[in-house]
Amino acid sequence: MNTALQTSPPQQEGSIGIVEPQFYHCERPITLQCGKVLPHYELAFETYGTLNAARTNAVLICHALSGHHHAAGVHSIEDKKTGWWDACIGPGKAIDTNRFFVVSLNNLGGCHGSTGPKSNNPDTGKPYGPDFPIVTVRDWVNSQHALMQHLNVPHWAAVVGGSLGGMQAIQWSIDFPDLVRNAVIIAAAPKLSAQNIAFNEVARKAILSDPEFYDGHYYEHDKYPKIGLSLARMLGHITYLSDAAMREKFGRELRDGEKSFDFDVEFQVESYLNYQGEVFSKNFDANTYLLMTRALDYFDPAEEHDHDLRKALSAAKANFLVMSFTTDWRFSPERSREIVEALLAARKSVSYADIECPQGHDSFLLNVPRYINLFKAYMNSIALDGGADSCARI
Amino acid sequence: MRQDLAAIQQWVQPDCSVLDLGCGDGALLAHLRDKKNVFGYGLEIDQDKILECIKKNVSVIEQDLDWGLANFEDNSFDMVIMTQALQAVHYPDKVIDDMLRVGKECVITFPNFGYWRCRLYLMTKGRMPVSKQLPYTWYNTPNIHLCTFKDFEALCYRKHLKILNRTVVDMNYRDGFMMRMFPNLFGEVAVYHVTK
Repeated sequence: MNTALQTSPPQQEGSIGIVEPQFYHCERPITLQCGKVLPHYELAFETYGTLNAARTNAVLICHALSGHHHAAGVHSIEDKKTGWWDACIGPGKAIDTNRFFVVSLNNLGGCHGSTGPKSNNPDTGKPYGPDFPIVTVRDWVNSQHALMQHLNVPHWAAVVGGSLGGMQAIQWSIDFPDLVRNAVIIAAAPKLSAQNIAFNEVARKAILSDPEFYDGHYYEHDKYPKIGLSLARMLGHITYLSDAAMREKFGRELRDGEKSFDFDVEFQVESYLNYQGEVFSKNFDANTYLLMTRALDYFDPAEEHDHDLRKALSAAKANFLVMSFTTDWRFSPERSREIVEALLAARKSVSYADIECPQGHDSFLLNVPRYINLFKAYMNSIALDGGADSCARI
Repeated sequence: MRQDLAAIQQWVQPDCSVLDLGCGDGALLAHLRDKKNVFGYGLEIDQDKILECIKKNVSVIEQDLDWGLANFEDNSFDMVIMTQALQAVHYPDKVIDDMLRVGKECVITFPNFGYWRCRLYLMTKGRMPVSKQLPYTWYNTPNIHLCTFKDFEALCYRKHLKILNRTVVDMNYRDGFMMRMFPNLFGEVAVYHVTK
């Protein structure tokens, strides 16, 4: 059994237990897609499970818009909040840490320990703020590749991600076909639609127009664009839930039981969104939010292949598992089917399931039995004896 | 292995590509992969069966056959197989058209409603036959387009299809002398290998 499990509190059964963030300081410069160069950078990451002697059991977790490296377990015994994907990562879970060596990082440009807008710009000695270069999904994959080399992982048994994380898994399979044996793409899309970009733009506008944003230099004023970032999160949050899930959770319930005939927070759903927005604005960096949404907007691996996703994916050698959720309207099942169709046309090994679940886009974070069972079955079918699975799977 | 699946696998060439419509638990595809080095995909809508496919390392796509096969290109598979699903789709003739568009050859198996026990059941009881093979009652059956061996051949004739092979097997998936002599009366499951 995992030693971390023994030290974990009893209610944490099936949890990896206490985990510790680590830092990788990369001295090799990275040239970003925008043309700018970061001479060196740091990535915060966590690992769960043990790398086997043959080094065949490493799994990379790619996070979504507001995610970070802390995907599973807790940071201390008192810590009540588990990592963001604890439903899927741990002993006996879909990504079984008794079997896999799991690597989870905070992406470049993030605000949870990796080099990002909050970090000091070596040229000025002050935080980068709005001068932090725009990073793309490809840049993330390149920096994750550097981390992979640092950890001495020769290839990934799987690269796994939901939403924006799934997009990174797609990019990995295209950019490093020999290093990815399986790609698990959950609730993702091959590129954003105009509607998706529109939502991002409103979120950005909310941040940019907050007087406490100071053109991105709010650190110097010891302020942060609380209202703008809250609004951005509130808007995002609506797109993560389904109509049915909101109805189920809040209905039209009033906070104080009766109408007050003013514009204060009246309905439970308003109260919930305001709370979510406020908490998020305290814990997340507005400049990072801008960067992450732009990375989403720009993601389009087909673009440099005559806008033909099949061509883009033709280089991939991985086996793919694609999953969507019936009530997800941010990245609907149709968007996942676009990925599946390109993979079918490119004759890649691919399985696809559309999971019936009322919770919308956020379903990928939840313990949905059919989803977990399929995910677990797929992960458990990955052979760890030197990548032989790629020939056995059809 | 089921006799109808055994019959099918003789007709599948090694190293070819196969699309299996309504692939169930993926047993046929897994067998063809292991014995004939076949590459292919299964389409299925039953959640438990999709899970079984994934456990067998069979590529399975959740797709309803009633949506058609528009996501597959013309002549993109050497063989398109559909076992025991023809009677459950909304438009069997359109599915057959689509199968022949996507695949160079097709294999179709279905329960023969002209089987003597079905006829006897209807004749003596005057009610829709219920059997081990077709266990549902008329109002809850997924089998909405039942046909006989002869009906199917009439459709093949109308569509100018070439029948490359055909066989019938019984519920225990055996064949026998009487079945070969009078397939429409003694064959319980029809197995057809057709092409354009």
